[in-house]
Amino acid sequence: MVQYVPHTDDEIAKMLEEIGVKDIEELYQDVPDHLRCEKLDLPEGLDELSLKRHFFNLARRNHPLEEYMVFRGAGVYNHYVPEVVKQLSMRSGFLTAYTPYQAEVSQGTLQVMFEFQTMICELTGMDVANSSMYDGASAVAEAVLMASRLTDRYRALAASSIHPEYLQVVQTYTSGVGINVEMVAYDKESGRVDIRTLREKIDTGEKPSCLVVGYPNFFGVIEDLMLVRGVLPKDVMMVVVVNPLALALLEPPGSFGADIVVGDGQPLGIPPRLGGPSFGIFATRECYVRQMPGRIAGMTQDLEGKRGFVMVLQTREQHIRRHRATSNICSNHTQAALMATIYMSLMGKSGLREVARQCYAKAHYLAEKVDRVEGINRRFSGPFFNEFVASVDVNPAHLDEYLKAHKILGPLPLSRYYPELVDSVLFCTTELNTVDEITFLVGRLEAVRNADL
Amino acid sequence: MLIFEKSHEGRYAVLLPALDVPEMDLDVEDHLVRKASPELPEVSELQVVRHYTELSRKNYAVDVGFYPLGSCTMKYNPKVNDALAELEHFSYLHPYQCEEDIQGALELMYHLQRFLCEITGMDAFSLQPAAGAHGELTGMLIIREYHDIHGNAEKKKILVPDSAHGTNPASATMAGFEVVEIKSGPDGLVDIEDFKKHLDNEVAGIMLTNPNTLGLFEKEVDKIVELVHEVGGLAYYDGANLNAIMGITKPGDMGFDIVHLNLHKTFSTPHGMGGPGSGPVGVKDFLKNYLPVPVIEKRDDGNYTLEYDLKHSIGKVRSFYGNFTVLVRAYAYIVSMGAEGLKKVSQVAVLNANYLRRKLSERFKVAYDGLCKHEFVLDNYEVWKKWGVKTLDMAKRLLDLGFHAPTIYFPLIVKEAMMIEPTETETKEDLDRFVEAMFQILDEAEHNPELLKSAPKTTPVSRLDEVKASRHPIVRWKREEEEI
Repeated sequence: MVQYVPHTDDEIAKMLEEIGVKDIEELYQDVPDHLRCEKLDLPEGLDELSLKRHFFNLARRNHPLEEYMVFRGAGVYNHYVPEVVKQLSMRSGFLTAYTPYQAEVSQGTLQVMFEFQTMICELTGMDVANSSMYDGASAVAEAVLMASRLTDRYRALAASSIHPEYLQVVQTYTSGVGINVEMVAYDKESGRVDIRTLREKIDTGEKPSCLVVGYPNFFGVIEDLMLVRGVLPKDVMMVVVVNPLALALLEPPGSFGADIVVGDGQPLGIPPRLGGPSFGIFATRECYVRQMPGRIAGMTQDLEGKRGFVMVLQTREQHIRRHRATSNICSNHTQAALMATIYMSLMGKSGLREVARQCYAKAHYLAEKVDRVEGINRRFSGPFFNEFVASVDVNPAHLDEYLKAHKILGPLPLSRYYPELVDSVLFCTTELNTVDEITFLVGRLEAVRNADL
Repeated sequence: MLIFEKSHEGRYAVLLPALDVPEMDLDVEDHLVRKASPELPEVSELQVVRHYTELSRKNYAVDVGFYPLGSCTMKYNPKVNDALAELEHFSYLHPYQCEEDIQGALELMYHLQRFLCEITGMDAFSLQPAAGAHGELTGMLIIREYHDIHGNAEKKKILVPDSAHGTNPASATMAGFEVVEIKSGPDGLVDIEDFKKHLDNEVAGIMLTNPNTLGLFEKEVDKIVELVHEVGGLAYYDGANLNAIMGITKPGDMGFDIVHLNLHKTFSTPHGMGGPGSGPVGVKDFLKNYLPVPVIEKRDDGNYTLEYDLKHSIGKVRSFYGNFTVLVRAYAYIVSMGAEGLKKVSQVAVLNANYLRRKLSERFKVAYDGLCKHEFVLDNYEVWKKWGVKTLDMAKRLLDLGFHAPTIYFPLIVKEAMMIEPTETETKEDLDRFVEAMFQILDEAEHNPELLKSAPKTTPVSRLDEVKASRHPIVRWKREEEEI
């Protein structure tokens, strides 16, 4: 017997007879002999119990975050996920449904999309949002493509201080259509985008389609979007990569004339999952909605005048427009967006602000303590949210190992992405870090210079 | 009601522990401090629970009933695989933990790469792409990079059959290629003569789905691939329909150079209302250095490692390593099915499709003659002409009768198309019930067409005005709209 295939031999025989063939092989008569394969070289199948045993063996060789005090973020954050988020999002009406092509039996999905879009608009201060992209990185890449479509210009600027993996993905996505992506350096003192360099980039060479800037950026530093917008010519688009949680405290990018706001939704109730799946945020101004990638739910009425929801502006999409579509995206990350929708409903207006406030307070408390540790110096003076960069006078890789031995997943060494920050690490706190953990970490940071490394 | 409409000022659901460090005022320029809080709902925990429970009940889903959506492979999603993916030891891993801490995860991914190689006949896999279309883009960028490195500047065209999924031409365009459509012949297969007409030096590659979207096996697939190779092009296999052929034949043996799979179709991971899925990409040996980084490798000491050093890598197509918890489910599926199980999956998927096809052909017109593979397409043009009932109306009526509708108006080459894929996890009784429903609808089309045109009636809402919704899109809730 084979798991999940319900047919008995007797039924198979009846069905074959009905079809008018003698055996299942005959159903494959159109597959030429020379293309037939041998039996697949795979392990024998497992029953459910044996499968679980197999998995527990694999699991034992993973060390999940619960074994550590976690001071590492860099794009994926260790926030608390309420039980309600886990349980509701796994309901089979959500988990085992497909894209809402048949709206009348997909009102749950479509309403979730509509509520999600509303919440993203509220957070970002933008007019419209789609119902999710794959992740923050691909959302940024799609934003750069969209900026080129709208401006018909093929030179894009990106702050070198956005997440380095996002930058890599932008490079990959834009390579095909020939968009030239140029980095804009960060100010070595503040950690914000270097305004002088930005001005120079704008004044020389062909006019750029957009500037991509972080809010906060990868270093945790909060960019001054008003200043940046002021430097950009009106018709150069401002693409802002956000940490959505920070927007509970920070004036939204929409207030500063952002044209596209993107980011990764993981901080909104999604476990770290080794980096995926979370979802990508994508929001823009109303006037650009027809150039936006991805699925969008809209409100309408049924024959009786009752409110209902459908997918709108599908003529942008690949299944209608084919090679003229705004993007090739089909599957998106709605179920992860659902988790965020439930999370934001639970946290609500005051709760989300409280989470953000605690992340902020703890990071600043830690930063103050770290400032007093000899040999560790905060690198940037710019304001920060829940992450900050510091240089250390021991080898960051050794520091990492030392902290790990003390059950701390410590700050991320930055040399891999920023050669000039070879001596620096990126600290992160969330609401889950207790004051005791912070004190313990600081104690270890003080001790590390005398430790035998 | 929307969750926002249940909001009551001052109500809350979740309490956090009190802040245990000193309170800090936001130390930024005044204009960066948020002035108006985002308008998020203020509701109780029970309100949230009831609200989303109700919404989940307004959805049709595989767990609710038969979902014969063509080209989507809506098979059963095993519960145990969900439970395994949600284990803390898989879902609470940070992507920047050291390799030593995530050996179990890396081992799982390594073996998944190997399994997918074996199933498809390819030599190396990347698990990074997040979805089928994402895999297609990855594949197209590999073709582009390959031709760039080989100085084939003239190679600008990608051939795509007119029966292909819409993502194919969209992905090729995103990678900077010009799309050339090839016609299908009267038998529903690639029209070889038309195909040959487009073969020249400018052809960078071809994208093929086999079995194609009509559910027909491209018998001459290896010849087509060979001809593309002869003009220096590469051949790309869209794995959306792999569920028909596991353990029977392999895209690698058909000659394909690049393959993507949809783990959320063939390998049973849940569709989640449209995602997250996963679209791993496999290549033959000569392209393995072009894959996105990192790939997972096994070191001589038996440990697993993330390998970033691939000479011609197209780069990264998403952050980190792919949709990991989706990969966990797919791995669990393959391990639980084994070689024989997967072959049986394909055989019974094809058996179910042919059974349905045979039964329905008693009264419906099937678009193409002969046996099908995992799916087939009905041509309801006559029904429309005779009784004025469109495929859309029939689809909506199916919702009333307790079924999800098949894919409709696709592939584009069949008028009033209805594309049906039953998958292997449905019983004969369920297929028989579906046939009965379809016959009932045909009777109604003749005798009571208005019933179909006004369907559905038993769903949470009746037929929705999509045209109006797109003409003046309302895509978010606003407080002032309460009065309307």
